[in-house]
Amino acid sequence: MSKRFLFIISILIVFSLTLGACAQPKPTTLKVAILAPLSGAVPTFGVSTRDGALLAIKEWNAKGGVLGRQIEAVVEDSQCEADPAVNAANKVINQDGVKYIVGEVCSKASIPVSEIAEEKGVVQISPTSTNPNVTLKADGSTKQYVFRACFIDPFQGLVGASFAINELGAKTAFIILDQGNDYVRGLAENFEQAFTEKGGQIVGKETYTSQDTDFSAILAKVAEAKPDVVYLPDYYNIVNLVTAQAKEKGITAPFLGGDGWDSAELDRAAADGGYFTNHYSEQDTRPIVQQWVKNYQAEYGSVPDALATLAYDAMNLLLAAIQNAGVDDPAKVKDAMASIKWEAVSGTITFDQYHNPIKSAVILQVKDGQVKYVTTVAP
Amino acid sequence: MNDEQLTVLQRMIKGKWIGKGFLALLALAIIWWVGGKAIQSPSLFFQQIINGIQLGFVYALIALGYTMVYGIVRLINFAHGDVFMFGAFVSFFAVSLFQLHLWPVQTFPSLPPLIGIVIGTLSVIALSMVSCAILAMTIERIAYKPLRDAPRISALITAIGVSFFLEYFGALPFVFTPNFITYKRPFEIVTWYVKDGIHRLEAGAEAPPGSVIFSNVLIIIILVSILLLVGLNYVVRRTKIGKAMRATAYDKPTSRLMGINVDGVISTTFAIGASLAGAAGVLYATAYPQVVFWMGIIPGLKAFVAAVLGGIGSIPGAFVGALIMGQAEVISAGYISTPMRDAVAFTILILVLLIRPTGIFGEPEREKA
Repeated sequence: MSKRFLFIISILIVFSLTLGACAQPKPTTLKVAILAPLSGAVPTFGVSTRDGALLAIKEWNAKGGVLGRQIEAVVEDSQCEADPAVNAANKVINQDGVKYIVGEVCSKASIPVSEIAEEKGVVQISPTSTNPNVTLKADGSTKQYVFRACFIDPFQGLVGASFAINELGAKTAFIILDQGNDYVRGLAENFEQAFTEKGGQIVGKETYTSQDTDFSAILAKVAEAKPDVVYLPDYYNIVNLVTAQAKEKGITAPFLGGDGWDSAELDRAAADGGYFTNHYSEQDTRPIVQQWVKNYQAEYGSVPDALATLAYDAMNLLLAAIQNAGVDDPAKVKDAMASIKWEAVSGTITFDQYHNPIKSAVILQVKDGQVKYVTTVAP
Repeated sequence: MNDEQLTVLQRMIKGKWIGKGFLALLALAIIWWVGGKAIQSPSLFFQQIINGIQLGFVYALIALGYTMVYGIVRLINFAHGDVFMFGAFVSFFAVSLFQLHLWPVQTFPSLPPLIGIVIGTLSVIALSMVSCAILAMTIERIAYKPLRDAPRISALITAIGVSFFLEYFGALPFVFTPNFITYKRPFEIVTWYVKDGIHRLEAGAEAPPGSVIFSNVLIIIILVSILLLVGLNYVVRRTKIGKAMRATAYDKPTSRLMGINVDGVISTTFAIGASLAGAAGVLYATAYPQVVFWMGIIPGLKAFVAAVLGGIGSIPGAFVGALIMGQAEVISAGYISTPMRDAVAFTILILVLLIRPTGIFGEPEREKA
């Protein structure tokens, strides 16, 4: 009796499964995941990224979508950390059936996500992760499915070093870095290399951890070494703490950093006089930039930062690549992406063999409570 | 065979000599090494000592809360670090939103600016202390009091739970938000340098080589801490409630028999400990001007180590332990590498627990009925 009962139950289960499969409607929307750190260490980055990417989707949908289908965003909070990002990536791929991912923001989260994307054959484009290993495998070959919309660390370190030597006339530099952060380490290493190659001297190098708040020990050494420039390529929260404490220690050398400084939360009084390399400036006069700034302001009521801009560019690149491929197939889309030439807000983008975009960088200065455009450096 | 007949080696093996010998060697090695660094560059060394004092005094205020609560209810109150965070946020809102630090200047325009600023800053600290005291009494009433007779581990786990609650409640977008917030100090920074006397360092100017720099933040931290420590000492040693606290710490049931309101005393202890943490929160945020919901975790743990080092339950122990911790951290950050500071802090904890679990000032715990 019980065997027969089991048999009936299993038949019923199988039947209901088949029914469920039949009843599911053919997908009409094209799903794109946005992995952004909406909480965690850098939530303002996450919000900007999400908003920029969503605005791109909105504009495409208004024009009729891609391949005649409307685009649906699946937004996940990946917290700028490896584990939550991996969980979010697995969730959107396995549960939501997403085949295209825009994200993550932080290199240390994007790298593990890129491993999954490459393995599952899902196209990933990170808007802002600058570490080389996002698109490169351990053996140095390119991950076929992974791209980025920003220039990479060597370039920012190189631009920072040549700006320090050529424009600031610096001969000595002190590097302060978080050894545990791929992004910071990437910039610092390349700055060090480029600065030494150009005849500069590194007079000191100190490391800290991301949880540190007391930088007095390091800054005492900086004051003692008296460098011409201090390279601090970390995110705004660390920059705020370090520059505020540096002012108290009587350190007058300018601080120099990377795009991690770019945030509305940057303490402009403390970081006054500092410079940083960035992807774009809203003070740029190109029409595409001015149009983007206008549209973003109309939608969100604020001026877009580089994070929002790169997320917008990344989403546009992805959707354009899908359009060019002409079919909803990641294997075809990745080939279309590799050979794309797209007029983006942050410069005309083509991809090199390592899936890194070739485009220009800007130098900005924090001065009198403002962030001012200084110059553009072409690759 | 009595002790006199044993060789030194045998005695070392038999008694606690290994521990003591190891400690002495370690201390010698550290003094030798740090002394060498100090001779190399005396100004850098004194600069690091000053940095360590600044950190140590803040730890002392937090450590006192741990040690007082432990002394009375034998509970390691892991939510203490988050009370500290709450204090920092209260002062942030008081300064940024309500300009509380400006009230003396606004109310009495004829007041000398320095006195106005000092009173304003002290009012901000006082507000944080009161808010933290109320928060801690609420936590005690809701979370710890019902567990007074439960096994100690239950209260400990509850404390960890309260800690997480405070952190992630604080992280909600309508509470403190998960963002890093730049802290606005209630006063302007003034910096001096010491070289052939004390000179004012003008903003944007560079100090001459070989000088030692300190700012009014350091002075305020030291003054406020000493003021609070003297006050605490007075309360504990000279007042009725202090006597009741000591009695309760000594023997709870007997104190109750003697007519002491034990629950009231415990509640007061939480309040006093938390108010010190609140003041520490303001001072810490003033020194390292950023507030974020998890800011209490690391200083809380470090202060806990300081309390254990000094002998948990001992008030002078917490103070001395915290000053040692501050120096150990800054010296290791300054002369080894910054990531080593946490390693050194927790190595101290392990060494103390292995070699002298009662800490510097602690006495072996007596078994109570």
